[in-house]
Amino acid sequence: MATLQLNNIVKDFGGTQVIKGVDLEVKDREFVVFVGPSGCGKSTLMRMIAGLESTTSGEIAIDGQRVNEVGPADRGLAMVFQSYALYPHMTVEDNMGFSLRLAKVPKAERREKVLAAARILQLEPLLDRKPRALSGGQRQRVAIGRAIVRNPSIFLFDEPLSNLDAALRVQMRIELARLHEELDATMIYVTHDQIEAMTMADKIVVLQDGVVEQIGSPMELYHHPRNRFVAGFIGSPKMNFLEVEVRGADAEGVDVALPGGDCRVPVAGDGVSAGDTLTLGIRPEHLVLDEAGPLTGRIQVIERLGGVTSLYLEHGDSEWILVADGNVAHRVHDEVRFTFDPACAHLFTADGLALAHLTRHPLADIDRKENRASSASDGR
Amino acid sequence: MNPTMTKKLLLTLLAWGIALIVFFPIFWMVLTGFKTEGEAVATPPSLFFEPTLAGYHEVMARADYLKFALNSIVISFGSTLLALIVAIPSAYSMAFLPTKRTRGTLLWMLSTKMLPPVGVLMPVYLLFRDMGLLDSQLGLTIVYMLMNLPIVVWMLYTFFKDIPKDILEAGRMDGAGTLQEVLYLLLPLTLPGIASTGLLSVILSWNEAFWSLNLTTSDAAPLTAFIASFSSPEGLFWAKLSAASTLAIAPILIFGWLTQKQMVRGLTFGAVK
Repeated sequence: MATLQLNNIVKDFGGTQVIKGVDLEVKDREFVVFVGPSGCGKSTLMRMIAGLESTTSGEIAIDGQRVNEVGPADRGLAMVFQSYALYPHMTVEDNMGFSLRLAKVPKAERREKVLAAARILQLEPLLDRKPRALSGGQRQRVAIGRAIVRNPSIFLFDEPLSNLDAALRVQMRIELARLHEELDATMIYVTHDQIEAMTMADKIVVLQDGVVEQIGSPMELYHHPRNRFVAGFIGSPKMNFLEVEVRGADAEGVDVALPGGDCRVPVAGDGVSAGDTLTLGIRPEHLVLDEAGPLTGRIQVIERLGGVTSLYLEHGDSEWILVADGNVAHRVHDEVRFTFDPACAHLFTADGLALAHLTRHPLADIDRKENRASSASDGR
Repeated sequence: MNPTMTKKLLLTLLAWGIALIVFFPIFWMVLTGFKTEGEAVATPPSLFFEPTLAGYHEVMARADYLKFALNSIVISFGSTLLALIVAIPSAYSMAFLPTKRTRGTLLWMLSTKMLPPVGVLMPVYLLFRDMGLLDSQLGLTIVYMLMNLPIVVWMLYTFFKDIPKDILEAGRMDGAGTLQEVLYLLLPLTLPGIASTGLLSVILSWNEAFWSLNLTTSDAAPLTAFIASFSSPEGLFWAKLSAASTLAIAPILIFGWLTQKQMVRGLTFGAVK
């Protein structure tokens, strides 16, 4: 059992608030990812949970117990640092067993626990090496091993994969997901990489400027972003935005004017009336090339990735990114027509808030556990 | 010869030239120590002569070399140890728990080194007299410790600053208190730096003459006072003086030679990463 509650957490660094009242509830065995652009306070928030940073106001509770005044070692947490922070003068075994040594655990028991963790991470052959004799991926695993040995109630990961090369990052991502399942522990993970967030999280916390923008499952954030920031941050390439004028709004949706004709987006139009200006958001992968489409654009750049092709389009002073099939034959400077399914579009008010969709996406409430359950019943 | 080779050759020659200029006085001193007093002042100086140990015999007969040497060892190593004991916690707090005044404190400490020692001779002398520290090993040890403290704190501060904060934070997550953090993580990691700082402090203390001449007479007099005792009012006896000087610098020269690898490694510790 390990739950975590943050109640109106504030961090003030000499007059500047970097965390401005964060509320969060982390359930037992949940994999929670803090994501946001650099400087959004996600690392500070994690360090406050770890106890490395004091909390200006608000309450941090682990398993219902207030821990604000408890030192970092006594909160029952383990942290994996971005730089790995291995002790360079100690062997892998001593690195992993350092916490036990400080806790005066007998040598034999210490070794046993270190070996158990090493087995999970395939580190057994490396136990006698010093960190400098290890590759980046191995160091990463030692850092994780050091956390496992402590048998913490909650694991904290501070951008653990950002120092690895792309291939290794994918591999470690999968390994971490496997580890989460195997250890059955609560994990909190900080990253600026939305792909890591989308693939690993049960719950994503999107932060900006010390404020939580949205908390939800990856699919919920993708299909039902609460505001324009989340919509732009989640998904790659970024969502397209276009200023549009409202023609009318009723219970069925909102009619907006587009360059090629009007379009009805099925969102709640409360408080919106004809003549208002809204921002239409549509993801590049939801734009479809269509000879008869209402929208046009001239291709500026083509990025062919094999499976998919990204087209960077320009129309007047608006720019569009369109993700199309890998086999599109278009060339740069071609004029193309395209369209989209209005159900996939989003509308944002002037202050950036999204108008709620009338129907909820069927996958919006699925979490990673259910993903796993369904793949297991696939007969594999 | 290509230009880089020429450059290398020139630099090598330059380095040798500087080394020889620096080394020559020491070489000449050692040589003079083996001459008779007559040869020592002869013009032109003789490079080839029959070496004699007369100077050494006379020096050893006139003063108890071992007593001076022992004083030097006790005082320079003792003051270094004391300085490290005081400086490690100070450097720790300045490196890892800096405040707005840390920078100023460091500069202030260094500024005390700009003060001419003779400026504070009177108060120090009177204090020592009243406290009974004149001509005592303890007294000189304290003075040397204070004299080297700014440099020792500065060096340790820079070495400590090079240690990634993450490592110490990982230690704190693992349950290390401040003392354990220092003993198990900081000291092992900065050992080369601490060693070279200590070596420098030993050498500076060993060579210090101003305070040793003014605060000691016989009981606690180190080797610098031993050398000085050979410049007598009757005139300078160059051969004897050189023999005495050679004896005085021999231990620290050997010590420096043995530890030079450590010194260089420590002094370039932060630079090469």
